[in-house]
Amino acid sequence: MRKILVGAEAFDLGVEVDAMRRGRTDIGAIASFVGLARDLNEGSGVAAMTLEHYPGMTEKALTALVGEACSRWSLLDVTVIHRVGRLLPGDPIVLVAVASQHRGEAFAACEFIMDALKTRAPFWKKEETPDGERWVEARASDDAAAARWERT
Amino acid sequence: MTLHVLYFARLRERFGLAEESLDFAGATAADLVAHLQTRGGAWAEELAAGRVFRVAVNQDIVALDARLPDCAEVAIFPPVTGG
Repeated sequence: MRKILVGAEAFDLGVEVDAMRRGRTDIGAIASFVGLARDLNEGSGVAAMTLEHYPGMTEKALTALVGEACSRWSLLDVTVIHRVGRLLPGDPIVLVAVASQHRGEAFAACEFIMDALKTRAPFWKKEETPDGERWVEARASDDAAAARWERT
Repeated sequence: MTLHVLYFARLRERFGLAEESLDFAGATAADLVAHLQTRGGAWAEELAAGRVFRVAVNQDIVALDARLPDCAEVAIFPPVTGG
């Protein structure tokens, strides 16, 4: 029941969550996250961004980290959608929705998938600013967020 | 061995190259990086010791000491910034 999608098309959170729960009554919790394109980053206005990815590896990496979430928590369904191409401020970039029996697992798995995606899935953002185009630099805080989930 | 090498994002732009086929005499990802550094210019700059980049072999991120299988698809790219 896992859905992993990489493409240029917009998505709708309501539609995705409805699709998860339609026809079933065993789900007790759905946690979701939507990431949006901001109009400001590192002190500069951002007029648009273009997302590049590594076709093939992107899907492989997302499938692997969703699989990891499913082995770590008892999940009933997972949807991950990530857009590529040119996006404008306010446009949705990424959606993660996780269904489980109880909220704790849905919250944890949703956050884990986002943290893992930020450091392991091969996407790159290029921003259009008043000073020209620039590639977004990786953040140490994203590495730290992903490291929280490492098991000792 | 023959490798199919891909470059992404800032590295693709700096190298002016998205992909190439390479006859390669080394064994590891580090050997390949060292070989590419000898091209000089942006190659030497971007792949210098201390610069942060990732290497994937057959679409899995690997450490630089990873051995490269013949006919591998190798990708070199900056740390990822999706989400």
